[in-house]
Amino acid sequence: MNELLLIVIGSVLVNNFVMSQFLGICPFLGVSKKTETALGMGMAVTFVMALASLITYFIQAYLLVPLKLEYMQTIAFILVIAVLVQIVEIALKKISLSLYQALGVYLPLITTNCAVLGVALLNTREGYNLIESVVNGTSAAIGFTIAIVMFASIRERLATGNMPKWMDGFPGALITAGLMSLAFQGFSGLIQ
Amino acid sequence: MKNKSLFHVFTNGLLNENPTFRLLLGMCPTLAISTAASSGVGMGLATTFVLVFSNMVISMLRHIIPERVRIPGFIVVIATFVTIIDLVIKAFLPSMSDTLGIYIPLIVVNCIIFARAESYAFKNPVIPSAVDGLGMGLGFTCSLTLLSSVREIIGSGKWFGMQIMPDAYKPMSVIITPSGGFLTLGILLLIVNGIVKYIGKRKQMKARGEIA
Repeated sequence: MNELLLIVIGSVLVNNFVMSQFLGICPFLGVSKKTETALGMGMAVTFVMALASLITYFIQAYLLVPLKLEYMQTIAFILVIAVLVQIVEIALKKISLSLYQALGVYLPLITTNCAVLGVALLNTREGYNLIESVVNGTSAAIGFTIAIVMFASIRERLATGNMPKWMDGFPGALITAGLMSLAFQGFSGLIQ
Repeated sequence: MKNKSLFHVFTNGLLNENPTFRLLLGMCPTLAISTAASSGVGMGLATTFVLVFSNMVISMLRHIIPERVRIPGFIVVIATFVTIIDLVIKAFLPSMSDTLGIYIPLIVVNCIIFARAESYAFKNPVIPSAVDGLGMGLGFTCSLTLLSSVREIIGSGKWFGMQIMPDAYKPMSVIITPSGGFLTLGILLLIVNGIVKYIGKRKQMKARGEIA
């Protein structure tokens, strides 16, 4: 149990995917103009990352390792993730139309979110077992959601605030993200 | 004429549509590995290799791959070349493989490669596509080298691992931490935007004949 708790705190706060490992920067910068859309993106990513950790674990343990095809890992994982995102999209449309309408726009974007492939690769590199992989995937995604929602709310305030004109757009956004990341570094002493 | 247009395709990626500073694509590897100039160059060249070959193969297959399944097709081609470069780096440059870590397999989801496949290679013949990949890749390498040189010199007083700052200089280690990556890129972007605006203004003034 302690191990799992360490993984959760580690991936949500200490090794936050966006703030300290730079995974998932594209949606972080692209879909963070409004808090609501940021929350939608975060939820879609959480859903897909938890599922992807689960499925890539089975692919690795029961397909690639027994067949000695570990070097095909990258190709296998990215294909599985692309297919998974498609299936989730189709399934959501059938099962819950309201959830589909909330998440729908963000789902196709997730295939190229490097956080999803990143968590799958990290899970196998760290040698996590099934439960640890899923916990790690979910908590990393929660960390992503926290970061993107916080960033979006800061940007919302800055949009109406008194920003110097030459800092508008990406330069200002990057410097904001830098200051946020500095704050997240404060967590680094949390786990020895 | 033909050579001139190829040259134009090549410089397009280097300057006008520089992936990092103008298009803001491929941010994850840019920020993550730019703590030392040597890893910046390594990452840039690995990406260039993948870009050139995936552009070439996708352009060769552009009449064979049906339009509707082109995205999975691109993914397979790109992932194949990423696996090749990953294995090559592991075999010949093990220390580079350690520093770049999971960011090499993550070249697969680098948006630059996808964007070039979709917007250029799928519509153009083989040679221009290869040149486009080379230009984009070298543009990416140059901006990565620039960013990582700035971070390495300020953050640890070294450049390509050699001490170049005087002993009295105290390295600002915040620049090589993750937050320094965001800050440095933000400031560089400000400078580049400023230069682009200045050049644009001068061109306009020249067109109106206000300056010689």
